Amino acid sequence: TLRVYTIMKAKGDLKEFKVIGRRFPTEKNKNPTLYRMRIFAPDEVAAKSRFWYFMKKLRKIKKTNGQLVYIAEITDKHPTRIKNIGIWLRYDSRSGTHNMYREYRDITVAGAVTQCYRDMAARHRARTSTIQIIKVECIPAKKCRRPHVIQFHNSKIRFPLPHRVCRGHFKKIFAPRRPTAFQ
Amino acid sequence: MVFTRFVEIGRVAYIMEGPDAGKLCVIIDVIDQKKALVHGPVHGVQRQGLQFQRLSLLDYKIKIPRSAREKTIRKAWEKAEVDKKWEGSGFYKRIQLRKKRASLSDFDRFKVKNLKYQRNRIIRGKVKQIKREQQQKK
Repeated sequence: TLRVYTIMKAKGDLKEFKVIGRRFPTEKNKNPTLYRMRIFAPDEVAAKSRFWYFMKKLRKIKKTNGQLVYIAEITDKHPTRIKNIGIWLRYDSRSGTHNMYREYRDITVAGAVTQCYRDMAARHRARTSTIQIIKVECIPAKKCRRPHVIQFHNSKIRFPLPHRVCRGHFKKIFAPRRPTAFQ
Repeated sequence: MVFTRFVEIGRVAYIMEGPDAGKLCVIIDVIDQKKALVHGPVHGVQRQGLQFQRLSLLDYKIKIPRSAREKTIRKAWEKAEVDKKWEGSGFYKRIQLRKKRASLSDFDRFKVKNLKYQRNRIIRGKVKQIKREQQQKK
């Protein structure tokens, strides 16, 4: 048989969805337990798919014997406030599966998760479909563990931008002067 | 090389690309190595995260606390007279010149060409005269 595997791809900026589902109500169980998940996906369709993917892994509920009760995009409450976001995840490497804790600084939670996927792909060659986000939490500054995040916890932060490469510099093939990378 | 333009809270920057291109904003906080939280209420730049690559740091700095609110930024901006300094700067003048050149019609370009020719003619004439005088002195 031909099985079409749908895998999630972290296209563009991911969005946060609140997805609630449950088993189909039966005569024996008229009010099945509701299960809520925080899903980070590019769109609603991918979010629903991801929800059932996790439901199958965590409970004996599949898309065929369950129903979606609620799905909505959760927009960030304070999209102009900088947050330190801790992400607990699990991913498959070439030789095994590992847990990880990563920290990112971003103004939205979904933005940080997007960063995480990009970062995992870059640093560990991990594809989106092999990554499972276990927990995402905004953490207070003093609880941060990663130095690349802690270095920005400075109210008097000050640094220059050395060796600036202008993106517009490469529009022309020929130029009268050599480019300057200073300031 | 001594750096004079730093990424710091209160640094005024010119936005080079994106929907807010051409406007001025202030860096009110630093998100990470590549992005800053900026706000430019006077020029209509909403509070957002922008990459440093999109910004061109200017020589002006206003005194604001970290993540200051719009009112505070406005007051500090007016106190530092940023707009006045900006409009008197060479950078601003070059941008206006580029805009003007881009908006010229074919007739305008013809006029510019003729004026340039006349100006260069006068300059060349004067240069030749000076050289002739120097030759005669020898």
